[in-house]
Amino acid sequence: MPLVKSGQIVEDRYVRALDDAPIPDGAPVIVQAARFLADAAELVARDAPIGVLWPNDRRVAELAPWLDELALVALHFPKFKDGRAYSQARLLREHYGYRGELRATGDVLRDQFQFLLRAGFDSFEVRKPADALVFAAAAARYSVFYQPSADGRPPALRRRLQHGGSPAVRTREAV
Amino acid sequence: MYLYDDLDRTLVAERVADFRDQVGRRLSGELTEDEFKPLRLMNGVYLQLHAYMLRISIPYGTLSSAQLRKLAHVARTYDRGYGHFTTRTNIQFHWIKLEQLPNAMADLASVGMHGMQTSGNNVRNVTTDQWAGVAPDEIEDPRIYAEVIRQHVTLHPEFSFMPRKFKIAVGSAAHDRAALRIHDLALRLHRNGAGELGFEVMVGGGLGRTPFLAKTIKPFLLKRDVLSYVEAVLRTYNQFGRRDNIWKARIKILVHDLGAEAFAKEVETEWRTIKDGPLALDNAVFAEIAGRFRYPDYVPLDDAPRALAEARRADRAFDVWFGNSVTNHKVPGYCIVTLSLKPEGGTPGDATAEQMDAIADLADRYSFGEIRVGHEQNLTLPHVAQRDLPALWRKLADIGVATPNVNLISDIISCPGLDYCSLANARSIPIAQQIASRFRDRNLARELGRLHINISGCINACGHHHVGHIGILGVEKNGEEFYQITLGGKADEDAKLGTLIGPAVPFAQVADVVEDIAAAYVELRERPDELFIDTVQRTGVEPFKERVYATR
Repeated sequence: MPLVKSGQIVEDRYVRALDDAPIPDGAPVIVQAARFLADAAELVARDAPIGVLWPNDRRVAELAPWLDELALVALHFPKFKDGRAYSQARLLREHYGYRGELRATGDVLRDQFQFLLRAGFDSFEVRKPADALVFAAAAARYSVFYQPSADGRPPALRRRLQHGGSPAVRTREAV
Repeated sequence: MYLYDDLDRTLVAERVADFRDQVGRRLSGELTEDEFKPLRLMNGVYLQLHAYMLRISIPYGTLSSAQLRKLAHVARTYDRGYGHFTTRTNIQFHWIKLEQLPNAMADLASVGMHGMQTSGNNVRNVTTDQWAGVAPDEIEDPRIYAEVIRQHVTLHPEFSFMPRKFKIAVGSAAHDRAALRIHDLALRLHRNGAGELGFEVMVGGGLGRTPFLAKTIKPFLLKRDVLSYVEAVLRTYNQFGRRDNIWKARIKILVHDLGAEAFAKEVETEWRTIKDGPLALDNAVFAEIAGRFRYPDYVPLDDAPRALAEARRADRAFDVWFGNSVTNHKVPGYCIVTLSLKPEGGTPGDATAEQMDAIADLADRYSFGEIRVGHEQNLTLPHVAQRDLPALWRKLADIGVATPNVNLISDIISCPGLDYCSLANARSIPIAQQIASRFRDRNLARELGRLHINISGCINACGHHHVGHIGILGVEKNGEEFYQITLGGKADEDAKLGTLIGPAVPFAQVADVVEDIAAAYVELRERPDELFIDTVQRTGVEPFKERVYATR
């Protein structure tokens, strides 16, 4: 499963230590939510980056105390159609101000890339290699957005106001 | 009319390109049907019994004549020469080929139309009063707010994969013509004690197998907060709505399970964290959107001109149609004209390409180029000069859209049913046709007065049977079509769900049952002008039930 980061296919430097698997010394590691919360103080004190694999049915508020020390949060899409992690991503970015890596895992396909980027994800475990190869093009399909979101791009409404607004607004101001 | 600018047009064009690529990948086998399904659904493409069905969005039911002509073109070029207007004020084409879908969409994009979010688990077409902007009893044009919301939820990065579909309606008149309480989220514009404008927010309405009327979770929300509050509701639903069972996935179940108060509290907590962020709207934003709506240059005209009165005296048929299909406009000398898409023997809501073209021409000549679609599946010409009515009526009659049955027993709301839909258990359209034929005597229909019949071919309730004065629901028993009858439902400001009157009846008996109900009403009503729905409310369903089942 290729990992895409900053628009490029890259090597995944993290090791997954699932369930009770031993945590390798000095290597970046991803653990599951329960294990992380049980040993959070110890895990963030290691001298290597720590990431957490967070399920989509658990409130991200539980992560709030640790967000400054977490290097990575991986949110999960069990199915393409299950969009709970989009809300989690926006909450992490916009409400809790999380700045670390935010990774999409699970059923991650080409047609979600732009939604994921806009929700605040910046790395992607892409299910199909062919989708990873066209990441840049798929992520640039749209140039106009109607709503503000985590990617900070101005929505259409604000762009219009910057350009003087609708014809009627302009006319009124001219008069 | 709302005028698209370059940004809107660019988005629609990018959507067409996106979908063309997706269809290409499906045709080449790169995408499986399972993978393709959520993608096509986001563009309004369903796989039905016979072919793909394409549903085109008509935001808040407003169409320009150019758009209606383009719909006629799509009907003629890619379909079988007609289209079907739906209770969500959209139009659907039932016979489209997958390979041709991208071209049909590109043609529609040339007039700013698309199928975005007419299906799939996202926010659907935002609906409102079909008389918005012209109704004498409205506070402000609700389409301004519907458009603000439409833009915000289009291709929303967070709310495109929710537990289930999400329907929003906006109302702003004393009389609810938008069926607010049967929506997932409804906003009713009104003034508070301080004279400020704001919205009553209702959530959790919906029909289907577990019908609920929406509950008020916030009696007054300032206009500036409308988007942040909608966002908070959607975020709460997206995270906590059920995804394990498609029948329990709508927001109404979440609201019911949590209780409206607990749900409101959850929303309020989320809303407080975002209300003063980028979604807070100032007057400049509303002015910008309002400035894109074009209103006709009405000319000063006499109200109730003498020529109109003379025409009514001279021609009984015109007078009957006038009394039935013409409504007051807020501008003197003008009126609102409803075009019945319910001719006897027809399919409720269907219009042919020829009719669409002709209606577009009539809209140009008589209604400032504007047409509306109402949730009752009729069309409206919203800006007609009263003096033009006699000429307009003759032209409408020529193309078969002047049946004077608006709001009468044959003005039936119906889903496509088993004739088209793969979800249906029973036919709907033939039932509507039988009832219309049984009450073809226009004097009899007028005698019965306002009476709404709603027919759904399955429990999904696309025909809104729960809120029909007479509701008819098709069910299947041992391979045969049966129909449950409910009475007393309504979708107005005093919304109620209908009450089941007894065991389902077979296909062949439905029209007889409706006839029995109508006869019982005529006997039971206290005065000739007591409406059917008022009689049912006064007497309850018992006397109707007795009448219907006495001989069955």
